[in-house]
Amino acid sequence: MDGIHDLGGRQGFGRVRHSPTAAAFHDAWEKRVNALYSLAVKSGIFNMDEYRHAIERMEPRHYVAASYYERSLTSLASLLVEKGLVTRDELERRADGGFPLASPSAPGRSNLAGRERFRVGDAVVVRAEHVPGHVRMPAYIRGKRGVVVGESPVYPFPDAHAHGVAADDEPTYDVRFSTAELWPNGADAAFVHVAVFQSYLQRAR
Amino acid sequence: MSAISKPSVAPIERRVDAVESVLADRGLEPARFVVEATLAAEERWVPENGARIVAKAWTDPAFRQRLLADGKSAVVELGYEMPRHHRHLVVLEDTPTVHNVICCTLCSCTAFTIIGLPPDWYKDLEYRARVVRESRTVLKEMGLELPPEVEIRVWDTTADTRYIVLPLRPPGTEGWSEERLASIVTKDSMIGVARIPPPHA
Repeated sequence: MDGIHDLGGRQGFGRVRHSPTAAAFHDAWEKRVNALYSLAVKSGIFNMDEYRHAIERMEPRHYVAASYYERSLTSLASLLVEKGLVTRDELERRADGGFPLASPSAPGRSNLAGRERFRVGDAVVVRAEHVPGHVRMPAYIRGKRGVVVGESPVYPFPDAHAHGVAADDEPTYDVRFSTAELWPNGADAAFVHVAVFQSYLQRAR
Repeated sequence: MSAISKPSVAPIERRVDAVESVLADRGLEPARFVVEATLAAEERWVPENGARIVAKAWTDPAFRQRLLADGKSAVVELGYEMPRHHRHLVVLEDTPTVHNVICCTLCSCTAFTIIGLPPDWYKDLEYRARVVRESRTVLKEMGLELPPEVEIRVWDTTADTRYIVLPLRPPGTEGWSEERLASIVTKDSMIGVARIPPPHA
């Protein structure tokens, strides 16, 4: 989905609020959330792709306003409700107040039929697709041309794995794009490398 | 309209309590797991791991070669752990003319067992939106002004492959022990938003 989470290349943001000694946690509840979502994954209640997708499905105003760990908590709670471990009413009763959750999911999809095998050095084009469910192709590479610089072992296909759809695992390719290709006349000169699932790619002709 | 602007939204701690109680009902002993996982996050998955890996790569050419060829095997060989879903670790070697920097525009993925949990600014909207498109500007704002001849390579962690930057060893550290070298390697330098300055004396 072309969600609010897909931030790469969006303009209008100010300076990074950087500190060389930035802490990962600020409050005790953040440590609890970090552990609890991981416990749910470890216990097989949901997988990492479902977890990421439930964050992406948060209502955009909530997503933007929430801290990282509030997004994590919202995903965890949404999936507990969607998986039938608790109802939203019961969650809100226990929290003694409202509990904003993610919006419902669109259907997922399986791997692309006839996907191609690539080698380092191959010129590739990212398929110009608009996927309603979970997808790990950032919008800024859609339809763009790049060069393969690396290949990973196979991973579960996120577009399927986030939705309980059967699919083959597939490799990802590290694809190098020039910023001139991604944002003609609108970016600092650099190369951006993106790990792109095999189903998202086709050979450049 | 927005659910979040309603005064009735429960405070965050109570929402965490509610979720924790659901996991407790399932017999998952969440309170115990919170203690264990927090200990791991704060004491085992620390940037000192990555720092020791970098220092070894600076001093042991054979290890450096193994690390660049297959990062995961090389760090596991040193006794470091990576979660099962991190199936591949790619080590990005800086040179005098190439500078690497990592990010995750879609969420906040990192090799957290190796470089520690990501700092908050890494997960913020600003870094995720801007570093892919305005890398040189963003790095400069963060205090790293690279000479124009240095090529910038940004790596967006969009799959479960993880990246770590192997920063340049600063001049003035010749003959240093691995341990002493490890002490100057920062998390920021392994993300790629800083270079390691030469030691003062």
